[in-house]
This record gives sequence, C-alpha cells and structure tokens, in this order.
Amino acid sequence: MANVFSNKARALPQAPSPLTQTAFQRILLISALVVVILVLAILLSLIISSFPSLKAFGLNFFFSTTWDPVSSRFGAVVFLAGTLLTSFLALLICLPFSLAISIFIGEYFRERILSSLLKQVTELLAGIPSVIYGFWGLFVLVPIVRNLEMKLGVLPYGVGILSASVVLSVMIVPYAASIGREVIALVPSDLKEAGYSLGATRQEVVTKIILPYARSGILAGILLALGRALGETMAVTMVIGNSNIIPRGIFSPGNTMASVIANEFTEATGALYLSSLIEIGLLLFIVEVIINLIGRYVIKRVTVEV
Amino acid sequence: MGEDRIKLRMVKDRAFIGGVVVLSFLSMVPLLLILFYILRNGISSLSWEFLIELPRPVGEKGGGVANAIVGSLLLVIIASLPAIPLGVSAGVYLSEHRDGRLSSLVRLAVEVLHGTPSIVLGIIAYLWLVTTMGRFSALSGGIALSIMMLPVIVRATEETLKLIPDSLKEAALALGVPYHRTILKVVLPAGLSGIMTGIMISVARIAGETAPLLFTAFGNPFMNWNIIKPVNALPLLIYNYATSPYPEWHAIAWGASCVLVGLVLSLNIVARIIASRWKVQF
Amino acid sequence: MEGTVLRTEALSAYFGENRVVNKVSLSIPERKVTTVMGPSGCGKTTLIRCFNRIHELIPGAKIEGRVLLREEDVYAMDAIVLRRRIGMVFQRPNPFPTMTIYDNVIAGYKLNGIELSREERDIMVEGSLKKAALWDEVKGHLRRKGTFLSGGQQQRLCIARALAMNPDILLLDEPTSALDPKATARIEKLIVELKKTVTLILVTHNIAQAGRVSDFTAFLYLGELVEFGPTEKLHTAPKDKRTEEFLTGKFG
Repeated sequence: MANVFSNKARALPQAPSPLTQTAFQRILLISALVVVILVLAILLSLIISSFPSLKAFGLNFFFSTTWDPVSSRFGAVVFLAGTLLTSFLALLICLPFSLAISIFIGEYFRERILSSLLKQVTELLAGIPSVIYGFWGLFVLVPIVRNLEMKLGVLPYGVGILSASVVLSVMIVPYAASIGREVIALVPSDLKEAGYSLGATRQEVVTKIILPYARSGILAGILLALGRALGETMAVTMVIGNSNIIPRGIFSPGNTMASVIANEFTEATGALYLSSLIEIGLLLFIVEVIINLIGRYVIKRVTVEV
Repeated sequence: MGEDRIKLRMVKDRAFIGGVVVLSFLSMVPLLLILFYILRNGISSLSWEFLIELPRPVGEKGGGVANAIVGSLLLVIIASLPAIPLGVSAGVYLSEHRDGRLSSLVRLAVEVLHGTPSIVLGIIAYLWLVTTMGRFSALSGGIALSIMMLPVIVRATEETLKLIPDSLKEAALALGVPYHRTILKVVLPAGLSGIMTGIMISVARIAGETAPLLFTAFGNPFMNWNIIKPVNALPLLIYNYATSPYPEWHAIAWGASCVLVGLVLSLNIVARIIASRWKVQF
Repeated sequence: MEGTVLRTEALSAYFGENRVVNKVSLSIPERKVTTVMGPSGCGKTTLIRCFNRIHELIPGAKIEGRVLLREEDVYAMDAIVLRRRIGMVFQRPNPFPTMTIYDNVIAGYKLNGIELSREERDIMVEGSLKKAALWDEVKGHLRRKGTFLSGGQQQRLCIARALAMNPDILLLDEPTSALDPKATARIEKLIVELKKTVTLILVTHNIAQAGRVSDFTAFLYLGELVEFGPTEKLHTAPKDKRTEEFLTGKFG
C-alpha cells in the first residue's frame, strides 16, 4: 500500500505547461472581448449602411411623412407615430392586468398553488412565438374589431392600430408583471404591519404602502414591457394593416418601424430605399438600447433599496 | 358618520381584491383562447403525413411541413454551434472576474444584445452574410439566431457559476489541479444543470422567431439541407401561409402552429425539469 | 530544531496595501502537529495559504519574504507541483458534489488525467479512507455521491482526498469549526494518528483544541509571530504577555 502511494505520487507528471494554462485564460478573455466587439460591430454596420440615407435626408428624415419609393423620398414619421401609438396604447391596456397579477402573486396569494399556476401561465404566455400571436390576432381579433368598427360606423378595416395594440398588450403582460411581483413580495413585513396596526384595510396597505415602496420594480417591469413592444415585429405586421400614411385614429391602419422593415426589406429596390429602411433599423436599435439602459439603472436602484 | 366611512373602506377593500382576482384571471384568457384556436383549427391538419411530406402547390390538397421542420432543426444547429461555446466561455470569464472593467463592459454588451430587436439582427445578418454570399442561406439565418442565443447563454452561465461556492474551486486548486482543469472538470460540471437550462431556454426562444429569417433564410418550398441555400422554417411557413389568400394554406398554417407551439412548450417544460432535477446540492 | 520540513523567512502577506501577515519567521518540525493559533483576523489562515500558494489566487494579493519547503523556495517552483506536496483541508467540508466518494478520494489524480490501473485505484482509495478513519463507514457506499455523508464524514473524506496525494505536509484550516463536538473529537484523534506519516499544520482559534492535539504552537497576533514553542510550555509558561492574555481569555 505504501508502495502504491509513494510510486504514484512521486511519479506525478510535470505540471501542464504554462502555455496550456495561459491559453485557457486567453480563450476566456477572447470570448469576453468577442461579445463586446460584436455589439460594436452591429452598431457600426448599421451606421455605415445608413449613410446614404443620412446624407440624403439628414434630420428631415425624422420629420417627413413622405415615404415614396417611386421618387426615392423617404421619411420616418409615419412609422415613428405607429410605433409610439401602438406601444403606448398596448402599455396602457396591459397595465391594469399586469399590476393585478403582480399584486395577486406578490401579496394576496403568495406561496399558494393559485399563484404558481398564474406564474406558469404568464410564463407560458411569454413563450408563445410572436408569429402565432399575429396569426391568432389576424383570424380571431381582427374580425371582432371589424364588427366593432361596423357598429361604430367607421371604415371596417379590422386591421389597424387598435388591433395591433391589443395583440401587443397581451404579449407584454408577462413582462410588465415580472419584476413587479418579485418586488412586491419583498416589501418588509414590518412596514405592512405598521399599516395594519394603524387600522388600514388590506387594500389601503397595498395602495398606500406596498405599491409606493415597490414602485421602482414596477417601473422596471414597465420599461421591460415597453422595450418588448417597441421591437415586436411579426404580430404587429400581421394585424396593423401596413399602410404608409399617417394614422388618423386608432381604427386606421398604419405601420411601425419594425413592421415596415419586415414588409419592404426584400422588395427594396435601390440603395437609397434599402438604406432608409436600415436607418429605421438603426433608430430602433438605439431606442431599444436607451430603454434597456434606463431599465437597468432602475433595477440596480431597486436591488440597492431592497 | 365614522361608521359610514369605515363601511365605505370595507367595500373598497372587497372590491379591490375582487378586481385583482378578476383581472388576473382575465389575463389568462388570451393564452387559453390562443391554445384553443390553434388546437381546434389545427388538429384536423395534423397527421403523420403532415410531418413528413413537402408542401403541395396551391390548389392541391394535402401536403405537409417536413421542409419547415427540417429547416428549423438546421437553423437551431447552425445557431447553437457558435453560440454555446462562445456564450459559456464568456459566462465563465464573467464569473471568474467579478469586478473588473472589462467585465462591466461585457455585461453591458450582453444587455444590449438581449434587448436588440430580432429584426435588426436580421438586417445585420443580411449585411454581413447575404450581401457577401450573394444569396439567402440557412447560414445567414442561423447566424442571426445565434446572436439572439448568445446573451441568454452568457447570463445563465454566469448566474449559475456565481452560485457555486469558491471553496470548491479552491479545493481542486489545493490538490494541485491546474486552473483550466479546475474550471472544466470541477466548476462547469457542478453548474451543468443551470447552463443546460439556459441553453434550452435560448433554443426555445429562437425556435419561434420569424423576423430575423425574413431576409436571411428567406424560405424555401422544397426540402433543403444545404446551409448555403435558402431554407424554410416553421415560423416562416406559418407567416407566409397565414397571410396568403388561400384557405388550404391557412389550414396548414394552423397545423404548423400546433407543431410549433408544442415544440416551444416542450422545450420550456424540459428546461424547467432539468433545472429542478439535475440541480447540484452544495 | 529536529527535522524542519518547512520554514519561512520574514514572510509578509498583503491584500492590496493591507498587510495581514507581518514578517513571520517560523520553522515547522517534521512529522509533528504544529498549531497556528490566535484571535480572529490575526492572519493565521492567510499565513498557511502562503505555504501552498493559494493566497496568491486572490486578486491584489502579494507576499514578501521567503517560504522554503525542505530548503526549496516555494515561490520558485511551479505552484501546481507545490500543491501536490502540500495538501489542504478547508473550514467547510467541500467534497466534489458531482463525483462519487470513490472518485473524490482519487480526485487529485483523476482531475489531472493520470491513469491508474483499476487495482492501483482500489488500493489507493481503501488506503486513504483507512488513514482518514472513514473506510468502515463508507466501504459499502463508494459509488454514491458524497453529499449524503454527515459534516464530520465529509471532512474526513476531504482529508482522505488530500492524503491520497501523499503530501509532505497537510494544512488544516479550522477543520472542525463547522462540526459538532463528536465529529470534532474524531477528527482530533485522527490528527494525532496522522502525524506518524505526515506533518500537520493546524489553524485554530480554539485554545483547548490546540492544547489537545498539537506538539508545537505558534501564537499569531495582528499578523506578527508573537511566540513559538512546544505546546505544553507555551500553555503553562508563556513568555509573552500577549500570549498569556489570549490563553486566559482576555481577548478572543
């Protein structure tokens, strides 16, 4: 027994060369660098490919409603309007539902089977591919909206800003609820107990103590949802009507930044046309990054507070 | 008078919780509706032939979505091949260098990538690959999807490894095990379940994506295994058929939706099972 | 001093600018139990982590002075080779959770890709587990993962794992502080047994434990080596006032 020990232990081979060890560390470092370079390359590519359009239209691009491939004059206002309208409308619609879910899971039914059921369902909602939302929206929601429009005496497109907003709102409910429910659950009990001992009802504790305390987390969730809505392509494309005229109201068809790219990219003849679409993509990218960073900042503050 | 005030507050209290419950359950309705419609409209299209046959031209009955299934599989493989090693490596780097300026930069980059709209990644893959290759291809689609997978895998790896106690690493190093073997044979195996979960979730994420494929993989009515040619994919097929004017194609799109939703849900469930069953206790 | 296996020359250790070990010169006698003792934060853990060069793995850590293993400069040799000659057992038992008990014992070989024959492996596993007084309790469960073992058993597994490398020195960093009294007693008994074949350096803040198991004691205070000598002498007739104050519980 002693023999095995002494022979084998002494016979341990030389340590692997420093080369292997530093090679491994280098691979890790390079992987980390690649991620950063990737992001920079994406930004750079978008900017370079937008040059023709930037040169041709400059700042006017963001104020012009003309989108005319024939005369090669492009302006993004229609799509900015479409994006902002649908996203904010969707947020508005989803807010009561997301808030309700956050309060349900985080406060009223914490640790109960009902809550984990609701959690599973909202997570499943988030997992459904957007093309399926669009499909469903096109065949189920749009006819309903069309009926509504007929009853209201409006042009019965069916598709349009309203349909897109409703579909979007269903899609973003899980995102808006996600962070909120965690933060609500983490509100310290002694704060709540202080409220109760002062004679507050449960509803009053929720609205006056819990929600204000959790507001950063709720805000972070909302920003997350907004980011999701702004970048959503397929579901919106399928139900928004794809019209390049500025929408007059929620029943008008329209287009968003993402949906116009989806629709027209493969048919874009001419370098300027393509470049304009890419410039819209660049704008989308930058807006998303900004929202993301703001959300990140808010989340950081939440974790510090909690 | 005070009693009326109190009564009012009690009513508000009841109404509030009622509202919370009602709204919460209402939000489940769309999921149920969607699943219901997909099943109702799609189940009649589902059959063995549906899964292994190619699409027929317009007007002819029958046909299947085999090329889309194969295409989706191909795209997932092409996307995973760069994304998994790169993502895990970067995740290991981040967990080994908790503080550090490069680490903060990398985390920022990961956030940006995660938030990039998928259609923008389609544009990027178009600019980098489609224009240089001169054609649409499975490769360009796969690369776009790969970039989508990356941030999920990096984050999952970093978060998993952060939970592993340092003493495990130190125990291996104290035995005279070199650093690279410590990471590869002690730390990563201990974190395997979390990393695998992250990979499955990222696959589920890209399996249902359409936008990045619109002008990269582009679609293909025929079967294609060649990565430098255009390829079809389930989400692409659904999009094209659903927005077409032909009812036969709508039916196929419903059937394909069944398949896609089933696939994505299964991946999510498997990911969850892996996360709980394979978890390593410390 | 008879048979010094390890000695330090004016060893100082830093975390960044913060000096935690201050010019310690110490000679560790071979095949004895030497305890490094002192109040929390006195630098004793950092000191022994300089012996097997685990200290330098922390970003910003550095040392001054020398550490000599059988008159070889420890910082001039390859750290990997060094760590196979000086083994370590940690405060919290840390068997590798993805490996079986069997594989844990020979982990030092497995992880280095060293091929041993089936027979050699079996002999080594049995031998190390017997040395660590764990064999009888686990011999029927070698193929199970180590996580079902009690804290004390897990710690003895870690000792077996370190012993399998046949090191010259075994460092033990507060090995019983996470264990119950019964498990502690077993490990103390084991330590006294082990000194027949290996030199042991034990870090503890538990004065009674130091008194029970060690032949020599070094008392560290605020990073400085205050006193070193045969344990009995140090406990009964300490030369330095600080040592006396620590022993009588004037500060912890």
